[in-house]
Amino acid sequence: MLAYAFRRVLSAIPIALIAVTACFFILRLAPGGPFDGERALPPTVLANLRAHYNLDQPLINQYFIYIWRLLHGDLGPSMVIDGFNVSQLIAIGFPFTLTMALTAFVIATAIGMLAGMVAAVYQNKWPDYVLVLAVMIGVLIPNFLMAALLQLWFGVYLRWFPAGGWVNGSWWHLVLPVTVLAWPHAGRISRLMRGSMIEVLGTNYVRTARSKGLGERLVLARHAIKPALLPVVSYLGPGLSYLLTGSLAVEQIFGLPGIGKYFVTAALNRDYGVVLGTTILYMFIILALNLIVDLVYAWLDPKVRYR
Amino acid sequence: MSKVLEVNDLSVTFALRNSEVRAVNDLSFTLEAGETLAVVGESGSGKSQAFLSIMGLLARNGRTTGTAMMGDINLVGMRTSQLDHIRGKDIAMIFQDPMTSLNPSLRVKTQLSEVLVKHRGFDKDKATRAAVEMLERVGIPEPAKRANAYPHEMSGGMRQRVMIAMALLCQPKILIADEPTTALDVTVQAQMLDLFKSLTDDFGTSLVLITHDLGVVAGVADRMMVMYGGRAVEKGNVNELFYDPRHPYTLGLLHSTPHIAHRAARLDPIKGLPPSLEHLPKGCSFNPRCDFCFDRCLEERPPLMPLAGGREKACFYEGPLQTRKVA
Amino acid sequence: MPGITGKDQVLTAYANKLASLDAPKGRSLTQDALYRLGRNKAAVFSIVLLVLIVVVAFAGPYLVPWGYSQVDWSNIRKPPDFDAGHFLGTDQNGRDMLARVLQGTQMSLIVAFVATLVSVSIGVVYGAVAGYFGGRVDAIMMRFVDIMYALPYILFVIILVVMFGRNPVLLFVGIGAIEWLTMARIVRGQTLSIKEKEFVEAARASGVKPFFIIMRHIVPNLTGPVVIYATLTIPEIIIAESFLSYLGLGVQEPQTSLGTLISAGAPVAEVMPWLLLAPAAVLITLLFCLTYIGDGLRDALDPKDR
Repeated sequence: MLAYAFRRVLSAIPIALIAVTACFFILRLAPGGPFDGERALPPTVLANLRAHYNLDQPLINQYFIYIWRLLHGDLGPSMVIDGFNVSQLIAIGFPFTLTMALTAFVIATAIGMLAGMVAAVYQNKWPDYVLVLAVMIGVLIPNFLMAALLQLWFGVYLRWFPAGGWVNGSWWHLVLPVTVLAWPHAGRISRLMRGSMIEVLGTNYVRTARSKGLGERLVLARHAIKPALLPVVSYLGPGLSYLLTGSLAVEQIFGLPGIGKYFVTAALNRDYGVVLGTTILYMFIILALNLIVDLVYAWLDPKVRYR
Repeated sequence: MSKVLEVNDLSVTFALRNSEVRAVNDLSFTLEAGETLAVVGESGSGKSQAFLSIMGLLARNGRTTGTAMMGDINLVGMRTSQLDHIRGKDIAMIFQDPMTSLNPSLRVKTQLSEVLVKHRGFDKDKATRAAVEMLERVGIPEPAKRANAYPHEMSGGMRQRVMIAMALLCQPKILIADEPTTALDVTVQAQMLDLFKSLTDDFGTSLVLITHDLGVVAGVADRMMVMYGGRAVEKGNVNELFYDPRHPYTLGLLHSTPHIAHRAARLDPIKGLPPSLEHLPKGCSFNPRCDFCFDRCLEERPPLMPLAGGREKACFYEGPLQTRKVA
Repeated sequence: MPGITGKDQVLTAYANKLASLDAPKGRSLTQDALYRLGRNKAAVFSIVLLVLIVVVAFAGPYLVPWGYSQVDWSNIRKPPDFDAGHFLGTDQNGRDMLARVLQGTQMSLIVAFVATLVSVSIGVVYGAVAGYFGGRVDAIMMRFVDIMYALPYILFVIILVVMFGRNPVLLFVGIGAIEWLTMARIVRGQTLSIKEKEFVEAARASGVKPFFIIMRHIVPNLTGPVVIYATLTIPEIIIAESFLSYLGLGVQEPQTSLGTLISAGAPVAEVMPWLLLAPAAVLITLLFCLTYIGDGLRDALDPKDR
């Protein structure tokens, strides 16, 4: 198991490096730069600025400077927001984003698994149909539209929850954004869970477990759930990364102080530092998540370890 | 001898999208204490479904009617929660494919000990110790070590031994073995049959051996029931059936088994294919493939009729049975 | 966005099925599937509704008295009003919402179509080349796909926005250009099995160039997966488009799309709900139709699923 983990970590390193390189060059080769503002800057000021951010050097040098700094944990300065470097912006915004995404993740995963299980056990009966419809709505309606509709209904007409904004420490303000984030995730989890559970319930080994007279509850809990979790677990990594990126939009819509705010502004202003820094942060999170998922997978399915 | 299981008019139907298929039709038989009953037939003859239905393990669209009495308890139509007090304890089943019949994500000892925890109320340690003992009895080397393995770390023969151990943990009155040797190597098959024989003798367990292989039946079974198209067509003592088959289908089976047909000059397989249960022919289900078929067989279904010596057969033909070569 | 319609699973299941057949029977299997699709009421209803939406979106603007950017100074911020001829009301600038919704639907459909076309083309060519040449070429090409999978999709989109900024057409070509990964994987798998078939061997033996073998013998056998892929990609692109437009990164004023309309309607939904609800209703209907068609296709291909 340990050797397996080690191998997986090693294989993630080149992927991370290639991905960083790709992002760097794609972003830099794009036309336009951070100082193409509405007002043209005087040439001397521009030259000074460019020199300050090393933009006057050949691209390949800039790349190595960037990588060198990155290895030291320095994501460089923001080129648009004065006096802040990228790490500081991330430190300000990311904890909020992470908290919200994780909350949604935990709630949605739990609800999704439970719902998927119920739907599988009651296959083609009413709980199943209700669930399928709920999943459809959650998965199909894009998050910004869902946000707008929930804001209108629960925020404006019913006045149950605040329609937007943030008061420090008030989870009341998080109800709608977390719902918007969690719904599609719960939907996909439950869909996967339902499918794999139905499959597992039809396997020979579940029949064996039933033949032993263990009782349906123990059959489900001990024999069916663990193997049925396999496809669900492999989705958790991508799922959490969707939640993290999805929360960029949700923060924007509900006016919440996460990293999404900075990121979208940075993209519009071609603030290389911030866009690249955030992208790299996300990429590392995704790679780490995939790694964790693989390890959990290896625990769930002992066969994997021997490949 | 006393009856441990008495089945009467057992029928199994499966609901399809627009129709219904009867897999088992009015099956009746008894199982005596300590005996071995072989249930023989081609695939699709309903032999597995009959016993799955008794165990309450039919697919979701399956329905069972009739009775299966164990003492004064009727297993058919019993609530699953009540059935769970009986299956695994008094009646156990071993399945055809040992590769897929064990849970791949649980250790062998977990899958064994849980039976004792449930039915005998053992605590986990005691159950595990008993499980290891049982593994030793079924001939697994280093049972204590093997108990910690996952199924995929074992060979097919080893897994089938685990299945046998699992089924016998509570010393059931009845053990149903559904094609227990089909998926195994020929060399392992004989060992496995010996194991069945000795263990069921030790525990006084009645064995139902479901198989399509008469070679398996020969050395092990006391009585035999031949099934075709969801019905029993011949029943009787194994030796008598082997040497003096009364139903053309039984005869055909004997002649298509290499091991037994060695006296005949060459193998003489039954012509044609097993019937589709959705389109059984009128009259005797076997009539399209039967060498002895006459006009009555096309119109009327022969009932199971008693013969001398406690035998039964479902065939109108009364003459001597000899394979009539078709030119 | 990836995974919304379960595209990967559907395609993989379908590809496995194709691979398990002896000869490449893409077309007959697809015909068989279409027959079964025809018996699926929800899917047929969705197809009819979808066709209706498409026809209305493209023919409608000629029948509506108002242009999508035309201002009716006497009717600003009007709720739906039949007498004034504004069936869905007007926005803050006095523009007729019906005309704008029609225009927006049209734009969303065009964008989705173009982007899907781009992603299908890239995916098919890339996968076919990787599968056909195999060996090291294949290994390197598929490794690249793996790496692309590891990158956060939405960040990619935003980087594209940075690159192509104000040109919506290029932007959506870009979106299409990053949607092709799954297609490439499936096509590669298919190609690997097809290239072992006798007719490809025969073509190669008689000296046909790889390009022609791919185009003439391999690509035509991929009709089935491509059709399904396209059906399932369209809603994903529509969502991506509307999301970008919602963020203000997509289609620009006075042009409009469903996303742009929703984004304009959301902040004022409290006082003028019709500005949000009309485009939202069209978007949701469109997405449901496309998904039911996709689901219908899946069931048609894999009847044991239900």
